[in-house]
Amino acid sequence: MSELFSTLSLYLSRSFVVNALIVGVLIALCSSLLGVTLVLKRYSFIGDGLSHVAFGAMAVAAVLGLTNNMPLVLTITVLCAVLLLRMGKNAKIKGDAAIAMISVGSLAIGYLLMNIFGTGSSNLSGDVCSTLFGSTSILTLSDFDVWMCIVLSVIVVLFFVLFYNKIFSVTFDESFARATGQRAGLYNLMIAIVIAVIIVVSMQLVGSLLISALVIFPALSAMRVFKSFKSVTVCAAIVSVFCALIGLLTSILAGTPVGSTIVAVDIVVFVIFFIIGAFTKGRKA
Amino acid sequence: MSTTLGYGSQVVLSGLSFEVNAGDYLCIVGENGSGKTTLMKTLLGLTKPLGGSIEFADGVTARKIGYLPQQTDVQRDFPASVQEIVMTGCLSRDGFRPFYSKADKALAEKNMERMNITKLRKRCYRELSGGQQQRVLLARALCATQKILLLDEPVAGLDPKVTAEMYDLIESLNKNDGVTIIMISHDIDKALQYASHILHVGDGIFFGKREDYPHELKGGAVHE
Repeated sequence: MSELFSTLSLYLSRSFVVNALIVGVLIALCSSLLGVTLVLKRYSFIGDGLSHVAFGAMAVAAVLGLTNNMPLVLTITVLCAVLLLRMGKNAKIKGDAAIAMISVGSLAIGYLLMNIFGTGSSNLSGDVCSTLFGSTSILTLSDFDVWMCIVLSVIVVLFFVLFYNKIFSVTFDESFARATGQRAGLYNLMIAIVIAVIIVVSMQLVGSLLISALVIFPALSAMRVFKSFKSVTVCAAIVSVFCALIGLLTSILAGTPVGSTIVAVDIVVFVIFFIIGAFTKGRKA
Repeated sequence: MSTTLGYGSQVVLSGLSFEVNAGDYLCIVGENGSGKTTLMKTLLGLTKPLGGSIEFADGVTARKIGYLPQQTDVQRDFPASVQEIVMTGCLSRDGFRPFYSKADKALAEKNMERMNITKLRKRCYRELSGGQQQRVLLARALCATQKILLLDEPVAGLDPKVTAEMYDLIESLNKNDGVTIIMISHDIDKALQYASHILHVGDGIFFGKREDYPHELKGGAVHE
C-alpha cells in the first residue's frame, strides 16, 4: 500500500500528470452539466455525431500540419452543431438521420484524409486509435491546451449557471417556452454551441468515440436516484468528476488507457445507482 | 374578418372568423385533423396565418396567453420537482435576468396555492397522478398570465372523476377569477355544459353562444 502511495506521489510531482488531472476534472464537470439536458431532450446522439465531426476536423488539421488544432476543430464542430439544429427544424432530413449522416461521413472522410496524406508519423493506426480513444493525448498536453481548457470550462460553467432556469424550461417543455415568449430557439442554439465546445474539449481526454459515455453516464446514474432537476444536475456533476479522478489515477497506476478506464468507472457507478434506484423505488411501492 | 390557417403551402382551415371577449369560456371542438391544433398554434403566435389576421385588444398579446400543452413523452420521465416546473411560468416576465426574483417566487407560491398543490411542491413530477400533473401545468400557465388561458385537451387521459374535478377547477378560474378560457376539446357534451361559446371547426364551421349550437353538428363530433 505504501508503495502505491509513493508511486502516486512520484507521478503527482510531474507537471504533465497534474495537467492531466486538472483537464480531466474540468472536462468531466462540463460534460456532465449538459448531459442531463441532452439525455432528457433525446439528443444523446448529437454528442456522438459531433464527436465524429471533431475527429474529421482533427484529421484535416493533421493533414494541414497545424501544430495547434484546437481553433480549427472548434470552429468546424460549432458550425456542424448549428447546422444539425437547423436541419432538425426543417425536417427534410429528420434529426436522427441527419446526425447519423454527418457523423459517419466525417468519420470516413477523416480516416480517408489521414490515410492518403499521412500525418507525418509512420504509425497511422496508432494515431487514429489515439484520436478515437484518446489513449495518450491527455498525458501530452501542452500549456496552451491546459489554459484553453480552463478558459472554455469557465465559459461553459458560467453559461450553465446564468442560463440554468432557461435551460430547464426549454428542456422540460419547449412548446410552452415558445408560446409564452421565451426565446427557445436562441437557447437551443446556445446549448448546441456549448455542447460542441464541450465535445472538442473532451476529445483530449477520452477521444471521440467515448465522449457520449462521458456526457450520458453521469446523467443517467443521477436520474436513477434523484428526483428534481437541480439535484440530478448536481449529482451528475459530482459523479462525473469522481469517476474521472478515479479513472485517471487508476490508469496512471495500472497503465490502462485513460478514456476506457474512466468510462469503465462510469459504468460501475451507473450499476450501483441503478441498484439503489430500484431498491428505493421497490420500498415505496 | 376571415382568417386562413395552415402551414407551408397547406391550407388547413379557411374562412374562419370568431372573437373572444374577456371573461368568455370558449370551447373549440372538431374532428381530428380539422385544424384545431393549427388554430391554437396560430393563436399563440407559433404559426403565422396564411391569410387574414388575429387581433388582440386590452394589452393582451400572444405572449400573454397562458398555455396548457398536451403532455409529451419527454415529460413523463422527467426528473423535476413541482416547484421547479411551476417557476418556469415566470420566465417569460424575466427576459434575460438569470435568476428568479422574490416576486416570481411569490407568484409561483400563490398559483400553487390556487391549484391546491402546495403540499406537492417537493415531489417529483413523474411520480404524480395524471390529474395532479395537469394541475402543476395549470399553475405554471397561471404564472405566465393573468387574463387568458389556452388549454389543449386538458382532460385527455384522465379518469372520469378527475376529469370532472378538472372541469370544475377550470370553471372556477373562469367564474371566480375572471380568467378567459379557450379550450380545445373532444368532448362536445362537456363543452356544451361548461362553455359560454362554441367554435366548431371541420366540415361545418360554427361560432356562437352554446345555446345556438346546431344539433346536427353534435353527432359528428361525438363519434371520434
